[in-house]
Amino acid sequence: MNKAAVHSIESFGSVDGPGIRFVIFLKGCAMRCRYCHNPDTWNGQSDDMRTADELLAQAVRFRSYWGTKGGITVSGGEALLQIDFLTELFRKAKERGINTALDTSAQPFRRDEPFFSRFQGLMKYTDLVLLDIKQIDSEAHQRLTGWGNENILDCAGYLSDIQKPVWIRHVLVPTITDDDKYLHQLHDFIATLHNVEKVEVLPYHTLGVYKWQQLGIPYTLKDIQPPTAEQMKKAEDILHL
Amino acid sequence: MNRQEWQGFKGTLWKDEINVRDFIQNNYTFFNGNEDFLEAPTAATEKLWNMLQKLQKEERTKGGVLDMETKIVSSLTSYGEAYIGEDTKEIEQVVGLQTDKPLKRAFMPYGGIKMAEQACTTYGYTPDPELHKIFTEYHKTHNDGVFETYTDEMKDVRHNHILTGLPDTYGRGRIIGDYRRIALYGIDFLIEKKKEDLSNAGSGTMTDDVIRLREEITMQIKALKEMKKMAASYGFDISVPATNAKEAVQWLYFGYLAAIKTQNGAAMSVGRVSTFLDIYIQKDIENGTLTEAQAQELIDHLVMKFRMVKFARIPSYNELFSGDPVWATLEVAGMGQDGRSMVTKNDYRFLHTLENMGPSPEPNLTVLYSSRLPESFKKYAAKISVVTSSIQYENDDVMRPVWGDDYSICCCVSATQTGKEMQFFGARANLAKCLLYAINGGVDAKTREQCAPGFRPITGDVLNYDDVMPRFDQMMDWLAGIYVNTLNLIHYMHDKYFYEAAEMALIDTDVRRTFATGIAGFSHVVDSLSAIKYTQVKLIRDETGFIVDYKPEGEFPRYGNDDDRADDIAVWLLKTFLTKIKKFKTYRDAEPTTSILTITSNLVYGKYTPNLPDGRRGGTPLSPGANPAYGAEKNGLLASLNSVAKLPYEYALDGISNTQTISPSALGHTEQEQIDTLTGILDGYFDRGAHHLNVNVFGIDKLIDAMNHPEKEEYANFTIRVSGYAVKFIDLTKEQQMDVISRQAHEKLA
Repeated sequence: MNKAAVHSIESFGSVDGPGIRFVIFLKGCAMRCRYCHNPDTWNGQSDDMRTADELLAQAVRFRSYWGTKGGITVSGGEALLQIDFLTELFRKAKERGINTALDTSAQPFRRDEPFFSRFQGLMKYTDLVLLDIKQIDSEAHQRLTGWGNENILDCAGYLSDIQKPVWIRHVLVPTITDDDKYLHQLHDFIATLHNVEKVEVLPYHTLGVYKWQQLGIPYTLKDIQPPTAEQMKKAEDILHL
Repeated sequence: MNRQEWQGFKGTLWKDEINVRDFIQNNYTFFNGNEDFLEAPTAATEKLWNMLQKLQKEERTKGGVLDMETKIVSSLTSYGEAYIGEDTKEIEQVVGLQTDKPLKRAFMPYGGIKMAEQACTTYGYTPDPELHKIFTEYHKTHNDGVFETYTDEMKDVRHNHILTGLPDTYGRGRIIGDYRRIALYGIDFLIEKKKEDLSNAGSGTMTDDVIRLREEITMQIKALKEMKKMAASYGFDISVPATNAKEAVQWLYFGYLAAIKTQNGAAMSVGRVSTFLDIYIQKDIENGTLTEAQAQELIDHLVMKFRMVKFARIPSYNELFSGDPVWATLEVAGMGQDGRSMVTKNDYRFLHTLENMGPSPEPNLTVLYSSRLPESFKKYAAKISVVTSSIQYENDDVMRPVWGDDYSICCCVSATQTGKEMQFFGARANLAKCLLYAINGGVDAKTREQCAPGFRPITGDVLNYDDVMPRFDQMMDWLAGIYVNTLNLIHYMHDKYFYEAAEMALIDTDVRRTFATGIAGFSHVVDSLSAIKYTQVKLIRDETGFIVDYKPEGEFPRYGNDDDRADDIAVWLLKTFLTKIKKFKTYRDAEPTTSILTITSNLVYGKYTPNLPDGRRGGTPLSPGANPAYGAEKNGLLASLNSVAKLPYEYALDGISNTQTISPSALGHTEQEQIDTLTGILDGYFDRGAHHLNVNVFGIDKLIDAMNHPEKEEYANFTIRVSGYAVKFIDLTKEQQMDVISRQAHEKLA
């Protein structure tokens, strides 16, 4: 039985997939996004280790709120770092008829084995992938997150090939990800995919900055303000939302 | 019997006996459509509402009171006709004011002359000295009766605030006359029926209960006759049934007006009138004598009247119930016993008043919710919540099996069978203090008085669960006894000196009475017991050895996380307290119930509640109603809701209040998403058997801005739900505003 390193549970998720969702935040992430609002999830160690059965037993206590659309979402951290656990969780969830969504940056994705087979296995039990594309330009992506984005875009392509429903999410950070050029590139890339149900532009916010201070990590976007309504509108227009 | 006014109405039973429910079930038109049929306010509505808003503004500028009566004692006939404005008689579709001027507060001395006078002087008015003489030398009041007969122990528990908010200095309220009866039957039929009851009251053997009943019925008959006079002063003859929608609305309102002219109870609720009135409106619309715009105008004007209800209050009352509430609670929706939804177009019209005339705390609009209500209605109600935060929801699926399908909500959240029941309102016992008494041997940690019987205090350095529980159990026994007996005395005197003749005239003579006790400090007791059970709670004593503080040494499960370890304690506490209450003989053999609701009085109760074993600091606000303690929730909104939903309604038939504030962004990005999410929350919560939910939808930014800039036009009617009612945010004290802001949980990082 796999055990997951859990960061926290949110019984009421309404913006992480369709309907009302039970959201499990797992620990561990290799990305070092400069705007991350959960840097406390980077470290993969947790005192709170739980099995899939335990988490599902807790999740189904909220079934009466889910209606026909809701279900569970696993987020992080980066949930794919605990892919074996995740697969077991989603498999068992599907056995109970629960809608499953994976919120991921796809950073661990690669076509190498053994990961690729595992990922294929996971996708059998995943109803929806919420895929963060943090920056369409790989160099800029590297500066923002510490990693290039080739494998992430490859993951998007793979999900399109297997017709897995996807919501693309893009955090709009003024001066970092809101350049018209990048947004047009992102639009053109998304246009090549055949599985995208929704594209969401999420405004950068500063509500997680205090966590950086608590962890003693310097926050490098101090001077950047959340986008204005106009900036949001412009980005949404470029992405044809 | 068959009357000409009843032509076209179906059914037979209701024609021979007073049975409004039977009339409704036989005649209402179920509505399954959406809100597209609704009409905007008419020119008359806009004119009247603008006038009223000006008066409300003036009232606020003058410190909360526009005008007060100082000479005339309020009665059914103490004032003649009066209107909102000098030239508005013709455009007011529903007429009748409490006094001779809009928003002017009446003089009501029967509850207590001292309070009536204090209410005047607080706002700079001088009551006529003659009134003082009359109500001290010639006529006794409820308040005098109570304080003359209180025992020393009762005075002690009151003074130490372990019993708190007792209706001994204000009217007990909570009685809803079945105001619909006037519209359906006319006053003369009601008098005839009461006369029959009088002739059947007792077998001739004059025991005190028979004598009292006979006297009460005669007072009711007198009140009915005076209602006719009151209506006649406005040019209406309500001795006969209403013949159309306009009359039905007017007749019904006269009944309510009679109540608020004679009683200033803490809660003066309207009841379940929506489906009933729809029958008349639907009939007129089908006959072609009423348009939808006119129908909406009728409801808008009726609601406007409910928004105008005012009472003269004293500062200590305002401290308990802030924002000038009157709990003109009015219900919409609900399901029938036969499985049909009782949603009519009128249920939409009542909610629509919040769009036509903007948000408002009164009337306290309550949706009797079931996941089986028509989807379109659920969505419309959710939309009104998202836009106005002015309505509350109560679970029809748990109430209907107990109270049937014609109950009303009296006060904040308490169900009562319309026209068949009355309540003896009992405020609440502070169980958090009770726990402290158990630990400290009955000595109040704040006053250091020996308030409860002298138990052996806890010895040692830590709290031991097995040591605390038997003491707490015994202390609750004591508290339940003194509580029931204090209430017995209060309600005896209220019946004697401040009897609600007008309301009781519209209720069956063979009335069922409930004895509505209540619990304050609920979540803190649960968390404290959990702390004692699941971790080590260290005791901190002062130099005399008296326990003054507690230090929980580790983590412990807290109520509000869907964790059975804590939630089981919550269920145990509720059940145990009610069981103890039930042991005692109640006045007029009323049926004991209890509630977990505190209104805004959680602040005052908190002030008198010292440090607690769960780590709560002394003096800070208790969490309101059945809400988990501030900051206890670690798993989000639904986990918190699940904890509250575990409390069995059958142990708290007087209500389990829960207030939640959700920021719009946490509900969804678009209004449609927000509506869908809110509907999902309501379905999920109530399908788990929960009782009540206040829903606020706004962000913390708005609260802070409204607190700092109350003068902004946009905040004039900014309404928020607090425990069991709604208030205009800017009418709260700064302290209360801060409490609301600090409770603003569930701001989501996303």
